[in-house]
Amino acid sequence: MKIGVLVFPGSWSHDDFLWVFRRVLGIPAEPVWHKETSVAGFDCLVLPGGFAHGDYLRAGAIARFSPVMAAVRKFADGGGLVMGSCNGFQILCEAGLLPGAFLRNDSLQYRCQWVHLRVENPDTPFTPGIARGQVLTMPISHGEGRFHADPDTLRRLNDRGRIVLRYCTPEGRLRNAANPNGSLGHIAGIVSEGGNVCGLMPHPERAAEPAVGGTDGLILLRALAYPLAAAAR
Amino acid sequence: MVEARVYVTLKKGVLDPQGDTVRPALEVLGFRGVRDVRIGKFLVLTLDGVSRGEAEALVHAMCKQLLANPVIEDYRFELHDAPGAGAGAARPAAPGPSAGR
Repeated sequence: MKIGVLVFPGSWSHDDFLWVFRRVLGIPAEPVWHKETSVAGFDCLVLPGGFAHGDYLRAGAIARFSPVMAAVRKFADGGGLVMGSCNGFQILCEAGLLPGAFLRNDSLQYRCQWVHLRVENPDTPFTPGIARGQVLTMPISHGEGRFHADPDTLRRLNDRGRIVLRYCTPEGRLRNAANPNGSLGHIAGIVSEGGNVCGLMPHPERAAEPAVGGTDGLILLRALAYPLAAAAR
Repeated sequence: MVEARVYVTLKKGVLDPQGDTVRPALEVLGFRGVRDVRIGKFLVLTLDGVSRGEAEALVHAMCKQLLANPVIEDYRFELHDAPGAGAGAARPAAPGPSAGR
């Protein structure tokens, strides 16, 4: 019963995820090196932030060829819960496990700041117990976070409730000024067609203890523990 | 050998803030009439042991699978005879004892 946290050359958030799962939530979690070809024994997988393979060519473009990604795809196809944060989201898009792609922030600046996020769909495995429209606060830290998708894909995401988080003002309003990277539709997080793969640009693992300024990230990370808790009963 | 020069550019309609920043800079320098600047990537691939026909198909496949992301980018490429190509091309001499890497 454990969570696997993938580690690519250039990942930087894996230790923070492991810390939060093990030390804050008390859930077994283990790192999974990108050369592994199996993810057997894990109940859910996390793709952490960073600069996998240097983000050469495009963020996530090379990471999708890491041996472990074939196992991740199989795991996701079988309904396993997969969460990708920041670079992990970029990798999931490049791998085709989530739709869309990422572009340089419209400000051309690397943005490292706390943002407000409106929960658009509480009925995903990643957002249990959250109210629709609830505003969460978490940090972002990226230079290429401008989510883009073609109009048809965007419509599908909208219509099927697959947009989970949008950047917003502290009051939950969608405003360009509250969108830190120019993402289409203020999109900060989406889920796959099956709902079991989630990508989000913010860093929930960096908002998991009062000492770092907030604990809203725990709401999402605790959700990964729910299947474990249910199975343990 | 065939050299492929690959141009990867943002699709029309995809905002290019870099280009939008460079354009007014050109204006400040006095260059008038620059309506638009789009910044992309330029890749040079040197392909061994393939005909131009084969290279054409190969480079298309490379662009589709990796070099360009079809969600945000378009690509085009030109094929050239790489320097040193042809039947009589000189091969580099075998490395001497001090040239090992």
